[in-house]
Amino acid sequence: MSARFAVGETVTVRVAFPPGHVRTPFFVRGKTGRVTEVLGPYRNPEELAYGRSGEPALPLYRVIFDTADLWDDYQGAAQDTTVVDIYENWLEAP
Amino acid sequence: MAHDHSHGHPHDHGHGHQPHPFQPDLEETPLTHYQVMTQAVGDLLIDKGVFSAEELRAMLEAIDAKSPAAGARMVARAWVDDGFKARMLADVNAAAGELGIDAGGIPIRAVENTEGVHNVIVCTLCSCYPRLLIGLPPDWYKSRSYRSRTVREPRAVLAEFGTVLPEDVEVRVHDSTADLRYMVLPARPDGTEGWDEAALAGLVTRDCMIGVTLPKSPAA
Repeated sequence: MSARFAVGETVTVRVAFPPGHVRTPFFVRGKTGRVTEVLGPYRNPEELAYGRSGEPALPLYRVIFDTADLWDDYQGAAQDTTVVDIYENWLEAP
Repeated sequence: MAHDHSHGHPHDHGHGHQPHPFQPDLEETPLTHYQVMTQAVGDLLIDKGVFSAEELRAMLEAIDAKSPAAGARMVARAWVDDGFKARMLADVNAAAGELGIDAGGIPIRAVENTEGVHNVIVCTLCSCYPRLLIGLPPDWYKSRSYRSRTVREPRAVLAEFGTVLPEDVEVRVHDSTADLRYMVLPARPDGTEGWDEAALAGLVTRDCMIGVTLPKSPAA
């Protein structure tokens, strides 16, 4: 599976609340960040957790967010950032 | 022995005198579901011959033997050898191999602290941690408060560890949510010019490789 997004591209995390073993933290859902690295294909943990194959493997991305965009009343500095590893099935073009 | 305080019992010290509550013995707290299941699955795997009790013991011993010393050696080498540092930033597992350190099969990334960026590692979803290089995670790393607050108010968490960073430094929090593990490559402290690797490694603590502190001061 070739990666849909490239380094530097802006991506938005899907707003979805499926049950099960999900590795996308709530605090980034619906938030927009930027791809800093494409980590290559990894088997889908949402499938692996239930004893299935996890195939097809999904591209995994490092996505950087401005921390102030993640929290309404963030008390830190404006340049603070948060990097989260997110599988491609959770990302869409903004 | 004279006592002028009054007790409601005779002064036969050593018997029945309990100024502090006892800490409960292990058996006094019920086993959790997961403790029971872990034990049961372990017993079943041994019964079925998947591995032996001796192999299980040896594996637990190997896990317990991991310590931050391995990560500290890598950091110290990176401080004295720019080539190694570049290779470590590209691939920690391969760089570990150069020093005879087994970093395991899970890919580990090192994130480098610079003048403008301070990195800190958390796993908000569980407790992912580069165990083969810095040992078992401390209890606080697994606590809900560290996991939730490090993304929500990282500067407040760092301050509780005694780490107060200038406003113009970017605090970059890395949430280990997926298939990689992260460690911080701290900046080499000033005042260590000419130090050898072993002395430098002595400044590198577990906590500074998580990113909640800086390396020890060379003056200390």
